[in-house]
Amino acid sequence: MLDVNNIYKTFDPGTVNEKTALNGLSLHLDDGDFVTVIGGNGAGKSTLLNAVAGVWPVDEGTISIGGVDVTHLAEHKRAKYIGRVFQDPMMGTAATMRIEENMALAARRGQSRTLRAGITRKEREEYHEMLKILDLGLEDRLATKVGLLSGGQRQALTLLMATLKRPQLLLLDEHTAALDPKTAAKVLDATERIVNKDHLTTLMITHNMKDAIVHGNRLIMMYEGNIALDISGEAKKKLTVEDLLSRFGQATGSDEADDKLLLG
Amino acid sequence: MNVFQTFLNSMPNAVGQGMLWGIMAIGVYITYKILDIADLTVDGSLTTGGAVCAVLITLGWNPWLAVGMAVLAGMLAGLATGLLHTACGIPAILAGILTQLALYSLNLRIMAIGDTSATKASLALSPDRNDLLLSSRFVRSLGLDNPLLLLSVVMALVIAALYWFFGTELGCSLRATGANGRMARAQGINTNMTKVLGLVVSNGLVSLSGGLMAQYSGSCTVDMGRGAIVIGLAAVIIGEVLLGKVFRNFALKLFSCVIGAIIYYMVITLVLRLGLESTDLKLLTALVVALFLSIPYWKGKYFIKAGRKGDKAHA
Repeated sequence: MLDVNNIYKTFDPGTVNEKTALNGLSLHLDDGDFVTVIGGNGAGKSTLLNAVAGVWPVDEGTISIGGVDVTHLAEHKRAKYIGRVFQDPMMGTAATMRIEENMALAARRGQSRTLRAGITRKEREEYHEMLKILDLGLEDRLATKVGLLSGGQRQALTLLMATLKRPQLLLLDEHTAALDPKTAAKVLDATERIVNKDHLTTLMITHNMKDAIVHGNRLIMMYEGNIALDISGEAKKKLTVEDLLSRFGQATGSDEADDKLLLG
Repeated sequence: MNVFQTFLNSMPNAVGQGMLWGIMAIGVYITYKILDIADLTVDGSLTTGGAVCAVLITLGWNPWLAVGMAVLAGMLAGLATGLLHTACGIPAILAGILTQLALYSLNLRIMAIGDTSATKASLALSPDRNDLLLSSRFVRSLGLDNPLLLLSVVMALVIAALYWFFGTELGCSLRATGANGRMARAQGINTNMTKVLGLVVSNGLVSLSGGLMAQYSGSCTVDMGRGAIVIGLAAVIIGEVLLGKVFRNFALKLFSCVIGAIIYYMVITLVLRLGLESTDLKLLTALVVALFLSIPYWKGKYFIKAGRKGDKAHA
């Protein structure tokens, strides 16, 4: 489904701020894989997701989604294949537009926008039903401006929008990190339900090792712009946080990263 | 006659001017409020609209056709700014300034079309000699030639068309671009294209206003657009501060730009009657806009009400 082949990305090359964020990284995801991504600050987790989403071009290497080479495709064109939820709850929705208008925008992801109605009556009814899955009471507030919602509500809505039109690939960039623990659990719960229901191929960054172990069928841990650990199947099911830390130390020859990882 | 009486006497003209600038202000609303871009092209494209319209009318064109061409010319100006901004990566404000500057030269040339000289700084139109759609001469007339009538119709059509457009898929993607560009791109919207489109529509409206203005006032000068952006902003902001809480509907929000422009011209007329020189107006306008732009900021800073998290993002 997703093929990332030997990609490199260096920010601010030739300056004192030069930073190699992706260092020859390769990654293959099968259809239906739900992969959790962990790693310390600056390990390149978000950079990997941004590279796949096409926020900027990579320096080297290729990326293909479902067999289509998207390496040189602009961000808005790649959106056809990708659903995204950002870390910042403000980032994924348009605050000055209504809930239903935001959903209608998401329902047209990957289609050309014409002079047809931006939202139809039939869509409103559909959105009313869909919002029920979030269990936040948003289904009765279709005409509310999104700016009036809480961070958790906005993040849950963004998640629903990202999957409204079935994406070939779902990218979740620490989408629960900015939420309080209770709301985070609720959003994560909704994530699990939606991903399972539609059998979505998913890359989910999290700073919480327990979440990374509990969710998904595969776990990768990043270090210095590359993948340090890749655990899947039965091995992942038996994993504990202690295992993970010691295996990470063995793989990278570093123990100083322990604290950084745990503190996220 | 006392000051108050002359003030009342000049009201119809103030309303006419206000409506003309209101159409222009709706154009500014599209870039400034919807796209979140301060577009300085309008100082040039207002004059371009006036110049194209005036020159074609003096050449004997049908005035409706002349206005249509003025709109097209304005759209081209918006396209130029849009491409400078998106295709060339120039910051929006600077892109607008560049187009505005270029238009100054172009406007002088446009007004000289059909004339022996290479450039011309002004053109005069008169309902006696030219076939005009509207003229300030009939602003107190009770018949169909009253310019306020035509302006009301044009305004209603403009607002209706924009209300429809911003409800379409394309219009919604334009609104999303201004509200949150990153989200728009994640939803597959080509934000460069929508920005260009917004600038094209906006400057088309500004030129429409310029074309009508030249006929209304009976002249087009190369300086008629100087400071237009500030007057447009004044109208948008006055309308928003006074009516923002009452007018929730999008069509009414556009209408409040027109109300803002009319109020602006009433105030201008009043201070002129009170003895201010017309050359002082630009200072006054700048002060008014600075004041109205400061109010929301001061409100947020010194009178923080609970539970208005969203405000900060727009500061």
